[in-house]
Amino acid sequence: MGENIFVGIATWLRDVMSSAGVPDLWNDTILMLVKLVTVLVFVMLNFMVLNYMERRIAGFIQSRRGPNRVGPHGLLQPLADIGKMLGKELYIPKSVDKIVFLLMPTLIFVPPFLIFAVLPLGKNMAAIDMNIGVFYMFAIASLSTIILWGAGWSSNNKYSLIGSMRAVAQMVSYELPLILSLLGVIMITGTLNMSSIVEAQNNIWFVFTQPIAFLIYFIAGIAETNRTPFCLVEGESEIIAGPYTEYSGMTYAMFPLAEFVSMIIISAMSTIVFLGGWLAPFGWTFIPSWLWFFLKMYVMIFIFMWVRWTYPRIRVDQLMGFNWKVLVPLALANIFITGVGMYVFRAIGWWS
Amino acid sequence: MELLNSISWVAVSFHTLAAVVVISALLVVFSRNIVHSVFWLAACFISLAGVFMTLNADFVAMVQVMVYAGAVCIMVVFAIMLIRRRDMGDTNLFNGQTVAAAGVVALVIMLSGFLSFKSGVVVPPGPVPVNQVDSIATAMLTKYVIPFEVAALLLLVALIGAIFLAKEVKADADSDS
Repeated sequence: MGENIFVGIATWLRDVMSSAGVPDLWNDTILMLVKLVTVLVFVMLNFMVLNYMERRIAGFIQSRRGPNRVGPHGLLQPLADIGKMLGKELYIPKSVDKIVFLLMPTLIFVPPFLIFAVLPLGKNMAAIDMNIGVFYMFAIASLSTIILWGAGWSSNNKYSLIGSMRAVAQMVSYELPLILSLLGVIMITGTLNMSSIVEAQNNIWFVFTQPIAFLIYFIAGIAETNRTPFCLVEGESEIIAGPYTEYSGMTYAMFPLAEFVSMIIISAMSTIVFLGGWLAPFGWTFIPSWLWFFLKMYVMIFIFMWVRWTYPRIRVDQLMGFNWKVLVPLALANIFITGVGMYVFRAIGWWS
Repeated sequence: MELLNSISWVAVSFHTLAAVVVISALLVVFSRNIVHSVFWLAACFISLAGVFMTLNADFVAMVQVMVYAGAVCIMVVFAIMLIRRRDMGDTNLFNGQTVAAAGVVALVIMLSGFLSFKSGVVVPPGPVPVNQVDSIATAMLTKYVIPFEVAALLLLVALIGAIFLAKEVKADADSDS
């Protein structure tokens, strides 16, 4: 029950439109638009849930209550925050590069949203089932770097510039182990399509066959989303708020929004590649596939938040040294061992 | 409705993207602020990826986004920041070398035209294969393995050279102080 609810809605919409005499091309276009708007609404709802969840978890870990005044258990706090952010003045300092300054917060949300279009959120539930999905995800994600840099540069403030240069260095460096860690899985499955990668985990999840890759991916993923242990980009005690220093109101709110969405993407990707995506463990198929996906994704997000509120921030030299001297060699060794293992297992006939 | 169905949407998207490519490429040259040039360069690269997409070359389009819009623009950013001036207002100005520039541009266009005419690559008829990554990988690791490895070695040499240069500067700065 409930397994085909979203796929069913899409099929129903298509049937209604074709019976109303809408040509196929327009039918497809409208359906795609509906899918993408659904993704956008989904992302926004998730942002509100995550905002609340993050603060409650932070409160729990730090032995305090977190937001609990607005609505029952503080559940309406995100709405109140959005209202506050929308109501604030957009203050534009005198010496900023105005067009770039206002353009970058608008664009920062585009790459994460583009990635969401290809994530399979359940069985047959990718808005666009792209043949090179994993590669597409990394290509689009690499665009966030220059947007964040532009935000810091256009602020014309030395703290912003330091923060944005840190962002560039950190995101470019940690992209390397992030991609290399997934190569082992791609070698085993022989495909870049996310749905095929999920289906290849029917017998065993890749978190068990590629545990080191999963760890590297997790660490590099935290760094890619600029969250604490790796939040040097907006290290408050050092550089005020990094690239976001001069932003106010909604222009500021777009950056945390994009950060939360990238966190959802990193969690969703680790679910798809390492935790079996929408596949049900122990054959518990009475829970629909999309619900499994969200359960796994939220477990990953919870671990992200747990790490954030447990560990202190690391230094810049430690950040770079850890990446280039530990993560990248480990990821390369993992690829090598995976390659050798594939040939050995083929030779003794355990795996074809 | 009849009119809308008669339009070739691929042609529409191609011409739109081509216009964006040309305009943003011109703006790279005409921007007076070199940082704005970098943003226009990124826009140019991304819309060029769109042109590849209209040709069903998804993989090449994504390489374009990742390598050019993602990496090359960041390299340019680093270069700009290393030679940064206090005022970025007039950092991308024209100089008087019009004749030399015209000569070089004409030579490059003629050379690329000549080479693409001479290469004699015939596009096979029929639809584009869905799975292009496999064939690209096979070609790269069998027929073109030596050029591929040479390119990789070249990049490695450049990397070692960059690290060496960076170390050298640091040693000098230490001895001065």
